[in-house]
Amino acid sequence: MQRIDFTGIRVAITGGTAGLGLALVREFLGRGADVAFVARNPEGVVRVAQEYGRAHGIVGDVSNKEDTHRIALQVLGALGGLDVLINNASDLGPVPLQLLADTQCEDLERALATNVVGPFRLTKTLLGSLAAAARENRGAVVLNVSSDAAVTPYPRWGAYGASKAALRHLTLIWEQEMASSAVRFISFDPGDMDTALHRAAIPEADVSSLKRPENAACEVADVIAAALPGSRRESNAAATLQTA
Amino acid sequence: MIAASEPVQRPGDAKLLFVRRNGFLEHRPREDWVRVLQPGDLVIANDAATLPASLSGTHLPSRRAIEVRLAARRSLEPTRVDHFTAIVFGAGDFRTRTEERAPPPALTAGDELELGQLHATVERLLDHPRLAMLHFRGSPGEIWAGIARHGKPVQYAHIAKPLAIFDTWSAIAASPAAFEPPSAGFVLSWATVGSLAARGIEFATLTHAAGLSSTGDPRLDARLPLDEPYNIPTVTAEAISRIRAQNGRIVAIGTTVVRALEDAAWANGKVPAGRGLARLRIGPETRLRVVDALLSGTHENGTSHHELLRAFVPRRVLLRMDEQLDAHGYRTHEFGDSVLVERSGLRLEGP
Repeated sequence: MQRIDFTGIRVAITGGTAGLGLALVREFLGRGADVAFVARNPEGVVRVAQEYGRAHGIVGDVSNKEDTHRIALQVLGALGGLDVLINNASDLGPVPLQLLADTQCEDLERALATNVVGPFRLTKTLLGSLAAAARENRGAVVLNVSSDAAVTPYPRWGAYGASKAALRHLTLIWEQEMASSAVRFISFDPGDMDTALHRAAIPEADVSSLKRPENAACEVADVIAAALPGSRRESNAAATLQTA
Repeated sequence: MIAASEPVQRPGDAKLLFVRRNGFLEHRPREDWVRVLQPGDLVIANDAATLPASLSGTHLPSRRAIEVRLAARRSLEPTRVDHFTAIVFGAGDFRTRTEERAPPPALTAGDELELGQLHATVERLLDHPRLAMLHFRGSPGEIWAGIARHGKPVQYAHIAKPLAIFDTWSAIAASPAAFEPPSAGFVLSWATVGSLAARGIEFATLTHAAGLSSTGDPRLDARLPLDEPYNIPTVTAEAISRIRAQNGRIVAIGTTVVRALEDAAWANGKVPAGRGLARLRIGPETRLRVVDALLSGTHENGTSHHELLRAFVPRRVLLRMDEQLDAHGYRTHEFGDSVLVERSGLRLEGP
């Protein structure tokens, strides 16, 4: 199937130097989007920005309140506006995973700061730009990366699962509240992937049974394309017909 | 008037002085502002986000401390951030009123400035020892990162604690283009934006790079506002022409919206989409071509914002407004109360 083109679409991705985030940077660049990515580690940001020349790297920590507007300013400065925000950066909570009874409060707080409060702040700060894009009929999408742990209470996944459940619930409420502004909110579970986060959670997992982040990134791009205004889907449908 | 000293964008007790077309004045709670508009109106707000435009650092030739306040940029193009017009102060900070701030070391073309991780050169002075064109070195990404990480919002001596950047962004803030907040937009919450649609009132935005409102120097203040770039989206230009064709009114949220729209319409009364540079100064002699009503903060006599109101109402109405604002304890400045002024149906006097 032909991949839907994102030329001219401005995309920001948090947690963009590893795992699914890095795969998303590559996927959206490959589809022609203008991409800015955020990560905490300055060396990682420089490395990815150098490897993929067209991507704008931003050093920042989404869990840190002070960084919120610094990140937003650089995203908007680099891209001149924003159509798609992907809140991908995640914190697993205690590593190795712990029973809730053995979980340090600080580990829970960090998971909530990175997985819930951080995406909330960044979304709120960038909402003006996203709504402006929607008013200009470009469409606007916020995709929050979720997990099956957000719906199923797996033992030892308490900090992560509770934070992802909260993020998923926020996403569903955002989607209802912003419907009149035409900013779409999507909660997306990419499934179990072969990433550093998954290895930290389940070191003994059989890698061959895990999804490749590249495949999940492609699914994310297709889900977002489907939520952008109709012309994009129709032009793709036309392209698909031509190739058929 | 009283200076608003708390950085709360929508205080529960905010007041509104509503000035009707016939010159009739009415005091209302500010939350009523949507109620006094009419179905079929078009509300236009400035969605400029505010830059942290205050950069502290060192004037390298003299090794003396300075504060640079970015004041204007020629373009809204995100990649064109290498040149800024700036006002330079000597040592000290916002706790000293701008009127009393020390002058900068004598600035000369070619002087190097170190501002956190940013490096700038004085390209030339602009007919005043405090006002200079600065050239910033580095890629656009490096300059944005330097401003984002090192800059602080321009602070006000009348506000007790330092403003955080989130205090200066309105709910709809989008393009980082303003040097001080387009603060009339603080009336907007997302619930308010929703309530406009529910009343049959359209909502649109433009981006106007609101510059510094005051420098503390009478000679410089007389030159304000500086030229300010703006951008009018196609959907906004279309909405304006549709609403005007239906005899609806154009309601500007803030003086910056008035300046952008009237500047754009200067040539032939029509508002084209696209970018422009507002040079127009609006005052008693300006014949407004687009804007029918203005929701704004309260402004003190002698400021360029106050002067702009004279394009909307005759002097005698403005005098009565000022009396009422004083008598009823309205708060002024960025986080203060508001006025909603309909363009007068009365004859406007000359200057």
